[in-house]
Amino acid sequence: MHPARAWRGRRQRYVLEGEICEGCGARLFPPRDICPECQRPARTPYPLSGRGEVYSYTVVYEPPVGYEDQVPYVVALVKLEEGPLVSAMLTDALPEEVYIGMPVEMVTRVLHRQGERGVIAYGYKFRPVLRAAVPQAAQPIPATA
Amino acid sequence: MLENGHRIMQPARPVGIVGYGAYVPRYRLPGAEISRLWTGGAEPPPIREKAVPGPDEDVVTMSIEAARNALARAGIPPNRLRAVWVGSESHPYAVKPSGTIVAEAIGATPFVQAGDWEFACKAGTEAMQAAVGLVGSGMADYAMAIGMDTAQGRPGDALEYTAGAGGAAFLIGPAAESLAILEGSLSYVTDTPDFWRRAHARYPEHGGRFTGEPAYFHHITEAARRLMEALGTRPEDYAYAVFHQPNVKFPQKVAAMLGFRPEQIRTGLLVDEIGNTYAGSCLIGLTAILDEAQPGDRILAVSFGSGAGSDAFSFVVAEAIQERRGRAPRTRDYIARRVVIDYATYARYRRKIVMDTEG
Amino acid sequence: MREVAIIGIGQTPVGEHWDKGLRELALEALEAALRDAGVERVDALLVGNMLSGQIEAQEHLGALVADFAGMHGVEAMKVEAACASGAAALRLGYAMVAGGLADRVAVVGVEKMTDASGEQITAALATAADAEYEAVHGLTFTALNALLMRRYMHEHGYRREDFAPFSINAHRNAVHNPYAMLRFPITAEAFASARMIADPITLLDASPVCDGAAAVILCPAEEARAFQERPVRIRASAVATDTVALHDRRDPLWLEAVALSAHRAFQQAGVGPEDIDFFELHDAFTIMAALSLEACGFAPRGRGVALALEGAIFREGQLPIATMGGLKARGHPVGATGLYQIVEAVLQLRGQAGPNQIPHARLGMTQNIGGTGATVITHILEAMD
Repeated sequence: MHPARAWRGRRQRYVLEGEICEGCGARLFPPRDICPECQRPARTPYPLSGRGEVYSYTVVYEPPVGYEDQVPYVVALVKLEEGPLVSAMLTDALPEEVYIGMPVEMVTRVLHRQGERGVIAYGYKFRPVLRAAVPQAAQPIPATA
Repeated sequence: MLENGHRIMQPARPVGIVGYGAYVPRYRLPGAEISRLWTGGAEPPPIREKAVPGPDEDVVTMSIEAARNALARAGIPPNRLRAVWVGSESHPYAVKPSGTIVAEAIGATPFVQAGDWEFACKAGTEAMQAAVGLVGSGMADYAMAIGMDTAQGRPGDALEYTAGAGGAAFLIGPAAESLAILEGSLSYVTDTPDFWRRAHARYPEHGGRFTGEPAYFHHITEAARRLMEALGTRPEDYAYAVFHQPNVKFPQKVAAMLGFRPEQIRTGLLVDEIGNTYAGSCLIGLTAILDEAQPGDRILAVSFGSGAGSDAFSFVVAEAIQERRGRAPRTRDYIARRVVIDYATYARYRRKIVMDTEG
Repeated sequence: MREVAIIGIGQTPVGEHWDKGLRELALEALEAALRDAGVERVDALLVGNMLSGQIEAQEHLGALVADFAGMHGVEAMKVEAACASGAAALRLGYAMVAGGLADRVAVVGVEKMTDASGEQITAALATAADAEYEAVHGLTFTALNALLMRRYMHEHGYRREDFAPFSINAHRNAVHNPYAMLRFPITAEAFASARMIADPITLLDASPVCDGAAAVILCPAEEARAFQERPVRIRASAVATDTVALHDRRDPLWLEAVALSAHRAFQQAGVGPEDIDFFELHDAFTIMAALSLEACGFAPRGRGVALALEGAIFREGQLPIATMGGLKARGHPVGATGLYQIVEAVLQLRGQAGPNQIPHARLGMTQNIGGTGATVITHILEAMD
């Protein structure tokens, strides 16, 4: 991945920054700019909490280029507590530990390394909740940093 | 400043630890596995097991989680941090600071310092000294210092038993907001080549027994004694002490040399369970102490980094710790989270197997 | 708007064509179709293809194939809609004739997948998904369908083995299709013990990687009989889209674009599901077949697999699908598949399907799906008496 592309998506990938619809208040992730619920503009950044549960999952044994070193890996659809569904790898969990409905939390991990010389792409994955009382999310990042 | 050139450092305004956070990955390689592979089980391992990072973890990802834990305990907006400094000897990039990525991920950019620190196992406490200076001088209200490592051990070398992964983040700020207040600190550094890694070498070299008395023991005892002398404190004034822990014996011995009892170092002594976390070693012992220390307890923390030097800190725990320490996972929560792996899995996760795939 | 007919069909066998590149495969199918139609000149050529840029480093297929086929100067373009590229090309060809812009249009779908390693093909197919929010997380096309399959099993109480009839039926029909790639029957036992690709999808739930090309010739229906004894009329041509990313769907288990596209097609043709004699659906994966049946209205929600278990989808049943092997056993050279579906439907409607012939086949439906249901293109074809 070209560094510009990795860089462009950093706020979505590091912080799960989505949008909140100015019209109907829906929380959106990934950001879409036009709210699918009410079709009004949705451009206000909103970091999601990262808490959710597994909606579905699978184990990948035949990877695409660049992911060979991670096989076998678990990918899932995670239903975030704010409502959106998000696609991501599950980490810190053996395939047999995963189940539909499992509570998970977002962590920032290496998504992709390009060999020994390329830029490292970091981003969100989800893991089984570490402990019952999860840490409070960092305070919302101001829109104009 | 006292006579004989002893230089204790005390900031212009009182500062302390406003937030702290640990991180240890979940995989464990038993010492018995390393012994099995390289000595047929003949050699008794120096520690029970060490923490191993997963394939999608590195110093950056681990620092991000520790930093988020520290922010949770601090309760401050991340954009008020003026420095996010990561000390390590296993930064993922030789050029592009880990701190820039951590700062972005925790919301501290763009008005922030973010250069990386290196001083072997005391890179994290060097960063902490600098954070104390930045806040203590009034230049900033908050600064984050992180010591974190995923150091590699050469296969078959003695250090492979102990080269572990983990570390901790410390958010330094005004004493009035602190969970533990800094009384003073002191650094003691000389040019002592006990352990080193050349720029393009994969694994470090070390001087064998030379790493003991002239390196580890000399620097820690000098820094600790001079700090306590300057503060007017004695070992019995401390509820806890934590030293750099490359193995179990060295911190036990240096504690005894300085006059501390085994009970004082027990809480912070984690090396038998997670290995030597290098730049995180002393700092993660400190988080384990903060997880249980009571207001009024005094804590001595002395790191050691090869090359060589020690940073000594004396803290007093504040009332605020009761209410805020529960806001993030404890050090013990991470240590208890363990999945034992074998040597083959360890070799794969640590990328020691030559894959020869295209970059 | 004029009615449009298919007057010529052509196809290459689906398989591993080590000795043929894109242009050779396309030409083979085009020549067969032109010969079948008795046509020498066309006004336009549309080329359906998905992967040529990534696998062969070749875009610009419209001009390339036109030139190679000796159609000098003709209007030609490549059409892409992921795995629905073939039907998309047909859709545009149909529109040109229906709209009076052309009288003879050739449409060819061509795909070459075997010039790549497994990892490369997996990465290339993943471009049908959302690059920024699905593929970057290591999601493969198979993994996306596996996510659907697992959730479907969870919500409706099916086991993995219950999906076997889709593959058993496809293979059974492929035996009698000389152009199919996997011309051997499979058993329920083989299905149950097949190798896992992305849990719960096994080798026998998924269509194979392969090469192939298929082509048709279109003309205004009123002229069709001059060329073809048994022309086939296009009664409906309907496209609908949905979110590319599975996670953006309102309900991932409801293929809304399938429902919309099918509904529009039924409306255009003035028919309902009960009037369809056979359905060449998009069985890239068994779960896709089940969900397609439900969204088209052939089975209630959650009952697509039940319909298959009851036997309704076999040649003898009330809704035969994959009558010449489907994507599963005839093969799925992705950008060409949409045209293979059309060619097979035409064979059925002409009464030329051999042992696979659906008796009294008069109205056939084809449906080509891009991605996990983001582009759905449905056609309804009718035998012209």
